[in-house]
Order: sequence, then C-alpha cells, then structure tokens
Amino acid sequence: MTHTREPEYVIKARHLTRNFGELKAIDDLDINVEKSRIYGFLGPNGCGKTTAIRMLTGLLTPTSGEIEVLGLRLPQDADKLRFHIGYMTQKFSLYNDLTVRENLQFIAKIYGVTGKTQKHRIAELLSIYGLDQKQTQLAGSMSGGQRQRLALAAATLHKPELLFLDEPTSAVDPENRREFWEQLFDLCNQGTSILVSTHYMDEAERCHQLAILEDGVKRADGTPQELMNNMAAHVIEIESSDLRQLKQALVQMPEVITASQLGARLRVLVHNTVNDPIGFISQNSNVNRESINITRPSLEDVFVTCTGNSRQ
Amino acid sequence: MMASWFRIQAIFFKELIQLKRDRMTFGMVIMIPLVQLMLFGYAINTNIREIPVAVVDQSQTSLSRVLIQTVRATQVVKFEREFQDIKSAEDALKRSEIRAVLIIPHDLGQRVARHPSSGFGSYASSDEETSRPIAQWVVDGADTAIAATIKSLRNMPLTELVSVKPANRNTPTFEVTLFYNPEQRTAVNIVPGLIGIILTMTMIMFTSAAIVREREQGNMEMLITTPIRSIEIMLGKIIPYIFIGLIQVFIILGLGYVLFDVPINGGVWSLLAITLLFISASLTLGLIISTIAKNQLQSMQMTIFVLLPSILLSGFMFPYEGMPVAAQYIAEAFPATHFMRLIRGVVLKDLEFTELTFDIYWLALFTLFGLIFASIRFKKNLG
Ligand SMILES: Nc1ncnc2c1ncn2[C@@H]1O[C@H](COP(=O)(O)OP(=O)(O)OP(=O)(O)O)[C@@H](O)[C@H]1O
Ligand SMILES: [Mg+2]
Repeated sequence: MTHTREPEYVIKARHLTRNFGELKAIDDLDINVEKSRIYGFLGPNGCGKTTAIRMLTGLLTPTSGEIEVLGLRLPQDADKLRFHIGYMTQKFSLYNDLTVRENLQFIAKIYGVTGKTQKHRIAELLSIYGLDQKQTQLAGSMSGGQRQRLALAAATLHKPELLFLDEPTSAVDPENRREFWEQLFDLCNQGTSILVSTHYMDEAERCHQLAILEDGVKRADGTPQELMNNMAAHVIEIESSDLRQLKQALVQMPEVITASQLGARLRVLVHNTVNDPIGFISQNSNVNRESINITRPSLEDVFVTCTGNSRQ
Repeated sequence: MMASWFRIQAIFFKELIQLKRDRMTFGMVIMIPLVQLMLFGYAINTNIREIPVAVVDQSQTSLSRVLIQTVRATQVVKFEREFQDIKSAEDALKRSEIRAVLIIPHDLGQRVARHPSSGFGSYASSDEETSRPIAQWVVDGADTAIAATIKSLRNMPLTELVSVKPANRNTPTFEVTLFYNPEQRTAVNIVPGLIGIILTMTMIMFTSAAIVREREQGNMEMLITTPIRSIEIMLGKIIPYIFIGLIQVFIILGLGYVLFDVPINGGVWSLLAITLLFISASLTLGLIISTIAKNQLQSMQMTIFVLLPSILLSGFMFPYEGMPVAAQYIAEAFPATHFMRLIRGVVLKDLEFTELTFDIYWLALFTLFGLIFASIRFKKNLG
C-alpha cells in the first residue's frame, strides 16, 4: 500500500483549496503527515479544520489542489481508501438509539468483521476504552466523554492505518482528556498515523507535528518545539501595580502584538523587530527594568502571534 | 459479495432495532391499518341512505300523506322537518339543516290522475296537462353524490299511490347481472383498495425520511467514510419495511374478511407477489424523495405532494375510467394505480398475476429504475 521513502508520508496535499461560494474555507494548503505520527490542526472556530479533514477523507471534493493519502489519489480513489482509514467526526455520528454494543456490532459488520473475530475485537475495545459496564446503555444517554470514547472505539475497530479525529475531546474534562491522549499514543506506537484537530493548546503541544490554521490559511507548521523556538516575537512578563492601565497603553503600540493579564503579571508579546524588548518596554512605560523579564514562549504565544494579525 | 451481504445486513438490523425502540412508529404500523380499515369500512358508503329532507305539503290530503309515506319507504330520505311555505324551507336548505325539500302542490290529486303511470289512461289532450310531474324536489346540489341519489327518485313507481293494479309494469330494457360483488357492498371494493392506500401512505412515509434523517443527525458523515455502497444502504433500509408492509396487508385482509366478509378469491401466491412488488415500488418512491429532500420537513412536504394525487387518482375513490384522459396519464405514473387494478383483480376476481402482466411489469420496472436512480442521486459525498 505505502511506498518506502524517507521520510514516509501518509498524507500529502498540495495547493489544497476549497471555496463555498465566495468564502475560501481552505486556501492553498500544503501539508505532509509522517507515518506513525500524531499531526495536529490547531486553529480557532471556523478556520477550516473540519473542511480540510473532509477533503482528506474523500468526503468533500476540493475546488483545486492535489491530495495523496496512503498512496491513493483523492477524490478518485476514495472508495479504496475507505478500508484503510478511520474517521471520528466532530459531532457524534453513531446512533443515539442504539446501545454501545449494538453500535460497535453495526460498525464491525460494515467493515466485514464477523463471527468470533467480531466478538473478540468488540470485547477488546470495550475493555481498552473502559466501556465494559456500559455495553447495554443507549449511546444517546451517555456522558460526553463516554460517547467520545465510544466514537474512538468505533473509528479504530477495523484497525485503520490512518485515523482522522476532528476535535475528539471537545466535550471531555482535563482528566479524561489526558487518558484519551494516552490511548492515542498507544495507537501511535502500534503504527497508526493520526491527524487530529483541536483548539486546546495543551493538546496541540502533545502532537509530534502541528499546523496552525487561520481563515483557511496555514500560518505555521512544525513540531511544537520548533514553533516555539522560531517564534517571531519576544515574550515579556511585567510585574507592576496598575496592570490595566499599562495594558491599555502598550497595546496601542504597533510593535506590541498582544498583552494579557495573568494574575499579578502582564504577559506581553513584542515583535522581534525590536532588539531590546526590556529597554523598549521600560522606555514606553514607567516600569523599571527589574520588574521586566523575558520568558520562554508557550504554544499559546505562538498561536497568538501567528493568528493575531488579522484579529486586530 | 459476502462483504456486501454483511453490510446490507448491518443496515437491516440497525433499522429493525431503531424501529423497535421507536414505540410511536411501531404503534403506527399496527394502528394505521386498523383505524383506517374501521373508518373506511364503516364510514364510506356509496349507497347513500337516510338523507335529511323536509316537506312542504300544500295539498294536505290523504293522497299527499300516502306520497310522503311511499317516499319514506324507499329509505333514501328521512323527513326531518315540515314547512308551511317554500321560503322557510329554502332557508333551512341554505343553513344545511336539510339536503332537499319535497314540494307537494295543491293540485296533487289532478296531477296523479293525469300521470301516465297511474294507468287511468286519460290520454293526452294537451301535453301541458298530461306530462306534469306530480311533485317537485328542491335539492342542495353542492354535493353531487346526494344530488344524484335524489335524482334517482325521479322515476319512482307510483303503485302505492293509486290503489289500482298497475297495468303497465315496466319491463327493463336491459337485464343486469352483477359479477364479483353481487350484493353491491361497498366494503368489498374498498377493503382491497385500502391495502393500496395504506401501503402507499406508510411505505412512502417511512422511507422518505430515511436518508434525510441520517443526514440531519450526522450519521451520514460517518457512514460514507465506511466502505458501504449506496445501493447497499438503499436495500438495507428497504428490506425491513417490506416485512412491515406484509404485516399490514395481513391485518387488513384478515380483518376485512372477519368484519366485512370480504372474500379472498385469488391465490395466496399471486397476492403475495403483487403486494411485495407494490411495497417495493412504494418504498423506492420514498427513497427517491429522501435523496432529493434537504431536511425532514421537505421530505414530509414532498411525501404529501405525492401521496394525495396518488391516492385520489388511483381509482380507489373515483373510477379510473371516469377521469379525464390527462388525469389518467398522470394516474398511470403512480404505483398505487397499478396496484389498485392488481389487488382488486386478485382478491375479488381470482385473477392470476400472470394475467395482469402490464401492471406487474410496470411496478417491477418502477422499482428497478427507482432504486438505480436513488442510488445514483445519493452520492457518497458531501459536495
Ligand atoms: N457546507 C458548507 N457550506 C458553506 N460554508 C461552509 C460549509 N462548510 C463549512 N463552511 C464554512 O467554511 C468555514 C470553515 O468551516 P469548518 O467547519 O471547516 O471550520 P472548523 O475549523 O472545523 O470550525 P470549528 O472549530 O467550529 O469546528 C466556515 O466559515 C464555515 O462557515
Ligand atoms: Mg470543525
């Protein structure tokens, strides 16, 4: 199915574009997803994550551009691809009026997993995803987190090589989210490649590689570490008494990307065209140099820097 | 091939489970044929009787009272009111308190004497004198069926009125022998037709929402990323309802036999064959609607849009032959019309389905092309 190349890509998309009438939902997107890696789409609501995933799964025809997934060209070979991918939709798309077990049995039959194999596989999934006790509960009556686990179980039932997860943890508490990600890493270790979309920073930070999307355009691409190292801004923290007023003053300046209050500190992103950010800040406010520190950027800083421009 | 069978089965069992959990729909499957059968069987009656009427008796003689008696004896009308003058009778007619007024003139006696059927044989000296009817009906003509029934009283024999033995008892021009429903019971014609109506209603209704619902609830996005094919989804959704259709047929024919004594003359296999064909055709029609409609409301509207003409033009209520040619062409397009001929043929006339080939072929081809059309329209794609 896949060809040996270095590195081996499970998804390659070039100049991918999709218009809805006037709106460019995805605009000239290039992405490469490596095998056995977790690749993240990070972006705000409406940036085109779902649209991109739908095109990469063959659900939506691109307006232009080329897609190769697992060596198959889309949308022509979409039918062949379906056996090898799993897709967990953003909205729960299993049947609410079927029980957990019935839903899994349904999916198993659709993929031709029958008889003993089906029984074993379902038992295995129920225990992996902690749904043993819920077997006979209607999917519609489960909590958000349980439903999400069921959806993941269903998407991985046929052991796909490539898994698409569209905001899989949007209804899940932090504790369960952590567990969910443990399961993703397990899958990844077993050789599954995963493309996941999210708007949570802590999730994005766990990905091997990340693309930041905004208004259908890819603003940045790389490992979280690379993105933080190559960020085009300094991160400054200021300790001062009148932070509200200071913030008002600083955001007026073109060199300042954003300023946000964190308890008793003000976190300011200053464009890296400024050589001495500490000097720059103290000149432009009456805060003395001792109260100003440069700190390590977080992924959120990267995100804000990449996507901030158009929002101001 | 095997995989394809499993996928159809997956959809099939899923539909069954969903249906089982959906108490309301499940109840409807049973209640619709039951209630409709009762309603149509007891309420619809083309032999109209006991129409409420009034009388204005200007003659007030024993003869006029005998006339009223005679008319009453036909059981066609029921005299509910009596008015002194024509004006107030017409007002009552306008208020729909009564459907017709019998006006008996002053000179009833003379008119009866001159009437040819009285057999007094006083020959026409002048037409004016002899040819006058003995009394007048003023009828609310808005309802054509009632009007027609009262019109049928026009040639009522007057033998009771004149105590003389009628000299010229009419010999009918034609002798009429009624096949298949000699007692002219409406139920005999209605009950088999009702199968067509109920199946049209329930089958189209069930499937017209089938695809749209999955689209609306988001299941479709998951389903189309799986290897399942369009035709497999279509078949998987149709097959459970075929069984439901058969249950309904069983209810209608069984109760029809028990309650209304409707005979089942034809062979069971012919009956099964034609109902299966018609159920498939109706389900296909519903699926086509489901692939065209964008949401459940639209699918409901389209269902009603298809349902009404297909019931009205099917020949269930009005004979097909009596419709204008254009309407007949439209009627031919609906599966219900063909089924109506088939089911009445098989149930009442003991026809074998081999004798009704045109309608059989038509339903089969409709199903085949409909399924292909629906599968093509249902692209495994979101756009
Ligand atoms: N079928 C459609 N018709 C018209 N516009 C659409 C359609 N689908 C998506 N869009 C538009 O495309 C843009 C991207 O939508 P998309 O659903 O891909 O965003 P998203 O990143 O998944 O957002 P969210 O985080 O809210 O899920 C939005 O502006 C949306 O309105
Ligand atoms: Mg989305």
